[in-house]
Amino acid sequence: MSDGYISLVNGGIGGKVAKTLGLPRPSVLRRYTEGATLTAGPVLVLGSTTGTGEDSDIVAQLLLSTGFAAPDLEVHRAVVGTEHVSWGAVVLVLTEVEHPDDLSGPALDLASTLRSLAPGGRVVTISRAATEDDAPAVAAARQGVDGLLRSVAKELRGGSTANGIVLTDDVDLSAPSVGAALRFLMSARSAYVDGQSLTVGSTAGSSSDWDRPLDGRVAVVTGAARGIGAAIAETLARDGARVVVVDVPAAGEALAGVANRIKGTALQLDITAPDAGEKIIEHAVSRHGSIDIVVHNAGITRDKLLANMTPEKWDAVLAVNIAAQLRINDTLMRSPAFVDAPRIISLASTSGIAGNRGQTNYAASKAGVIGMVRPTGKLMSKVDGTANAVAPGFIETEMTARMPFATREVARRLSSVQQGGLPIDVAEAVAFLASPAAGGINGTVLRVCGQSMVGA
Amino acid sequence: MPRRTAAGQGESPTAQAEARRALTDAVIVGGNRIPFARAGGAYADVGNKDMLTAAIDGLVARFGLQGERIGEVVAGSVLKHPKDFNLTRECVLGSALAPTTPAYDLQQACATGLEAVVSVSNKIRLGQIDSAIAGGTDTISDAPIAVSEGLRHALLKASHAKTLGARLKAFAAVRPSDLAPAPPRTDEPRTGLSMGEHQALTTARWGITREAQDEVALASHHNLAAAYDGGFFDDLVTPFRGLTRDQNLRPDTSAEKLGSLKPAFGTSLSTPATMTAGNSTPLTDGASVVLVASRDWADEHDLPILARVVDAETAAVDFVHGHDGLLMAPAHAVPRLLARNGLTLGDIDLVEIHEAFASTVLTTLAAWEDDEYCRTELGLDGALGSVDRTRLNVAGSSLAAGHPFAATGGRIVATAAKLLAARAAETGQVSRALISVCAAGGLGVAALLESVPGDSTTSTTDGADQ
Repeated sequence: MSDGYISLVNGGIGGKVAKTLGLPRPSVLRRYTEGATLTAGPVLVLGSTTGTGEDSDIVAQLLLSTGFAAPDLEVHRAVVGTEHVSWGAVVLVLTEVEHPDDLSGPALDLASTLRSLAPGGRVVTISRAATEDDAPAVAAARQGVDGLLRSVAKELRGGSTANGIVLTDDVDLSAPSVGAALRFLMSARSAYVDGQSLTVGSTAGSSSDWDRPLDGRVAVVTGAARGIGAAIAETLARDGARVVVVDVPAAGEALAGVANRIKGTALQLDITAPDAGEKIIEHAVSRHGSIDIVVHNAGITRDKLLANMTPEKWDAVLAVNIAAQLRINDTLMRSPAFVDAPRIISLASTSGIAGNRGQTNYAASKAGVIGMVRPTGKLMSKVDGTANAVAPGFIETEMTARMPFATREVARRLSSVQQGGLPIDVAEAVAFLASPAAGGINGTVLRVCGQSMVGA
Repeated sequence: MPRRTAAGQGESPTAQAEARRALTDAVIVGGNRIPFARAGGAYADVGNKDMLTAAIDGLVARFGLQGERIGEVVAGSVLKHPKDFNLTRECVLGSALAPTTPAYDLQQACATGLEAVVSVSNKIRLGQIDSAIAGGTDTISDAPIAVSEGLRHALLKASHAKTLGARLKAFAAVRPSDLAPAPPRTDEPRTGLSMGEHQALTTARWGITREAQDEVALASHHNLAAAYDGGFFDDLVTPFRGLTRDQNLRPDTSAEKLGSLKPAFGTSLSTPATMTAGNSTPLTDGASVVLVASRDWADEHDLPILARVVDAETAAVDFVHGHDGLLMAPAHAVPRLLARNGLTLGDIDLVEIHEAFASTVLTTLAAWEDDEYCRTELGLDGALGSVDRTRLNVAGSSLAAGHPFAATGGRIVATAAKLLAARAAETGQVSRALISVCAAGGLGVAALLESVPGDSTTSTTDGADQ
């Protein structure tokens, strides 16, 4: 369902009225289109003012390298002399901070650029993870970055976002996933990702063609007949994958439509069947030669207050949303066909992070997904694979279109970008995590929620 | 001229089998159909073109054939609008297949779908094409309604008239009675009897009881329901217009419920009327298609092979002046087909007899068990034999699924091929399926399918003569 309010407040009269009344004025988000530039304008790389500043040089060189494949990208290192520039992205390299005092310089440098950020602009911080092994001042400085970026994200308007890349101690800036994450967060593909951090935990991952990163890969998407699942299937196909779309037999008509649009194959299957994993592998391998990416998108809701919960409603949700994934993953990880840097991406939900009244069963299953990907990622790393979760916030789908009007309006505006996301926004995050270059991001949860206030 | 054998040919079965073995195999890759709907039911607002296109698109999605140029698409429809003269080609153009895929329409009443499979298989075996989609569609809900002959003549005359006066004159000939529309009829043109009334005569002749017919109907519903519950149709059926299973299917029907129905046919005969709405197949809406290919084509496209099409035989009976029943032609076709392939009923693992009526199945089985009938009518030395009822229509048939005339053949072929593949995988032996479909006009088509070894690309034995 379309959000008519966005077009209203971006029109002449509607915009004036909204401004006068102080109403929220959500922007039209900048989304990926083939052939468009990576960013909405030049990129400014800012570094620590206290350290050597070497890391910001490395990042600037990374952006200009042939591997980053953005030949038109204009990269600046200083604010001075760029008064009339409208920044497409500001990258704040904070890997060298050792004391909260070190944040002052870069924060204020960033401050001086915010008013000249282009619509759809990006702020990306790069920092190191705060751990219990750090000196307290170092951990304080590193954790401080998190608060900085989350608050900047809430301050930005005009469809701009702020996100962070967090490196663990044994990972340096040359890790393939650092460049991949930077590219994703700077690009229009991350339109509805806001106020989030992507943790790069290893140097795994390999570079690939940025336009068709999934060329030669075979992907399976469950729950692909409509909504977010259909968008994921279409996006993976756009990125070059051959896609097997899976949904319950009853959804077969819509599923066939998706398969035919993306030149994939349709597999009508109840994922809760004991042999679902075997059937998925058999289909993918016999028809397409391998199985490399599995997206667990299929999910159901059976909302009831816990006080009124029935065993049927509780069990059905847990069976589809988490138990089936666990069983299929077990089968996948035993299969000799799932060993070529495979990817598992599971759909979680902000309900699984923040909880939601009337959704005890759903939230338990989705929190379960978040719990599952950590150990699953560890198991997957043995074959250079990863398992991650994507947690969508309010996404405009058939499901959310059925919400009561007032609830829906509130849910839409209660985020930093003041609007619901689109299925494509979730799909872009899934496609990024599925890409070969994202191999160093493992066991994590990426929220695609426009920095929703829920569960923030 | 040599005396005609039961096989209807002069050559020995072995020589013929050898000649056929030199040809390329035509294999069944899979099938797809939409659930069949009751008349005026889920598909009341859609026509043949929508249904056949949906069936093709579901097949394309299942096997990843988007943009593929298939050798030929052959399908048909019994109740067809004149505007749909090029129905199959139009459906191809509306589908996800390459628009360069040729197509033609074929029609042989209720045997349309099976005849389409036979036709494309023959082209594949001759090497003229390497892939094909065969099927059919029919709708009783969107059946063409014609104008009366009087009005039609007047309209044609008026369209040829050169002056207003001549045009008015043409219409002046129209009588009020000419204004009544002419709905489609399934009555036999030469006898004026409906198919049900014809079958009632055959049922009475063979003394088939009401209980035996209800038993066939009950088994059909239970078998089809069990097949759905077991996921058998997950890769054979694609839902359409909100319908996910055949609308006619009644999983909870019982002998009591079937026994309580009033007779629908044969009520004016001197014998007890035994045919009811429960043990007769209703007119239905639906479409089905089957993907047939050469082995090489299937291998090149990484597609499975369920079974191969071995042979087929069409028969016709003189139901107008002769003494055979309208729907008895398969009784003739099957022994000829078996003889030509050196087989007996005992060599058949799965038998699919289209349930036009429960009694059609029963009269056919009774005929094959009847020594005198087989000698005098079929030219055999004695009774053909009995069909093991546990091998008959094991995944349900038309009584439960319904019968959209031209779509039935595709439904049966896909079902039989999948059953064969499963049986062969289970037993490790070559399995054979016999398909029999009766049709209006005293026609009947029988076909023979055989499982193929999963790990071999060499040709299997042709019949039992090796």
